[in-house]
Amino acid sequence: MIGVVLALALLPYTVVGDAVPAPLVEAPGDPARGRAVVTSRQRGLCLLCHTGPFPEERFQGDLAPSLAGVGSRLSEGQIRLRLIDSRRLDPGSIMPSYYRTDGLERVGAAWRDKPVLSAEEIEDVVAFLATLRD
Amino acid sequence: MSAGSRRLSFLGVGVAPVLIVSALVGSAAVGLADADGDSRRSGFDFMGPQTQAMQGDDTSNPGMLAVLEGEDIWNRKAGAADKSCADCHGDAARSMHGVAAHYPAFDTGTGGPINLDQRINTCREKNQEAEPFPWESAEILALSAYVGLQSRGMPVQVGDDARLAGAIKAGDEAFHRKQGQLDFSCADCHDANWDRKLGGSVIPQGHATGYPIYRLEWQSMGSLQRRLRNCMAGVRAEPYSYGSPEFVELELYLMSRSRGMAVETPAVRP
Repeated sequence: MIGVVLALALLPYTVVGDAVPAPLVEAPGDPARGRAVVTSRQRGLCLLCHTGPFPEERFQGDLAPSLAGVGSRLSEGQIRLRLIDSRRLDPGSIMPSYYRTDGLERVGAAWRDKPVLSAEEIEDVVAFLATLRD
Repeated sequence: MSAGSRRLSFLGVGVAPVLIVSALVGSAAVGLADADGDSRRSGFDFMGPQTQAMQGDDTSNPGMLAVLEGEDIWNRKAGAADKSCADCHGDAARSMHGVAAHYPAFDTGTGGPINLDQRINTCREKNQEAEPFPWESAEILALSAYVGLQSRGMPVQVGDDARLAGAIKAGDEAFHRKQGQLDFSCADCHDANWDRKLGGSVIPQGHATGYPIYRLEWQSMGSLQRRLRNCMAGVRAEPYSYGSPEFVELELYLMSRSRGMAVETPAVRP
C-alpha cells in the first residue's frame, strides 16, 4: 500500500434549475466504463440501494427507485446533478452526494477530502445511465 | 466460490455460507410478538429460517462454544489474587441471573456508563489483580457470552437510571448524526428503512439484544462495538475506538431503545 493522499480539488460546475447541463470534463463519458462503476460495490455502490437492468447482479437493494428507464425520465443534466449532489434537490434524500467533500463529518482517513467518484467517473456514469431508456 | 459466499463490502453486510443446516427449521421463536402494539422487532425476526434455527438450537448455535469457553474461564483462577470469578460470585446461573440485561450500566468508579466487557475487566483488574482481556479477544467475548446467557429470555432493563440520562441523550444524538463520506446516520437505515434490502441484506431495526453474537459473515464471535465499526466503515466514517465514550453511549442508547425486549445472547446473525 502506498500512503499517498491527494487532496483532490473539485472542478466547478453550474446548476441550472434541477440540472447541471454542462459536463464536468471535456472528454465524453464512456457508457461501458460507467456501467462498470454502477455495478461495482466498491466504486459506485449503486446496486446496494437501487435495482436495475443487470440480470447478472444478485443482491440488488430496494431502498431507492429502479434505475431502469432513468435515461427516459431524466435528461443527462438532471442525472448529473443527482449524482453530484442529490441532497441539494432533496435534503432528506439518502442518496449520497458523489461529487462533494464539504459539510461531512468524521470521514474515514482513506476517504477524506475526496469525492466518492472522480469527475471523469461521474461523466462515465451519466453517459451510461442515459442509455437506460426502458 | 459459491454464489452464497459472495460478499458485499458496503456496511459490512454480506452473505456468508450457512455453516450448519439444522433439522429444526421453523422451531425457533425468540422474536417479540407485538400483541400490545409494540412495533419493535429483533434482528432475529429478519433472518431466514435456517439462521433462526441455528440460533434456536443450542446444539447448532456456534455461540454456545464461546459460552462453554466462558464457563471455563469463569471457574479458572487468575491474576495475583489467584481467584476465579466463581470464588467470589459462585454459580453464575444464580449470581449473574439477569445481570447482563442491565448493561451498559452506571459505574460509580468512573461516574459514567460502562458496558459488560468493561465491567468484567474492571472486576478482573481490581479483584483478580489480573491483566484486562484485550478488546474483542476470544476470552472477553467468551466470558461476556457466558454472563449474557444467564439473562437469555429476560427483558432488557437498560434506560431507567437517571444518572445515565445525559449519556443516553449523547448516544441518541450520535445515532441521528450523519457521518462519513457517504453521509449516513444510523437512523437513515435502521429507523427509516428497516425491512428493506441493502444489497442482498435485510436492514434490521438495530436492537442489539443478542451480543456478543456469532456472525456468519465473520465466522466468529464479536461484540456490538465490532458490529458498529462495520457500519461506520460502510458509510466511510472513521470508526470510534473500542471502549471510547462515544461507543458506550451509543451502545447505551441502543439498549435503552430495546428496553423490555428479550435478551438473546448468544445470538446468531448473518
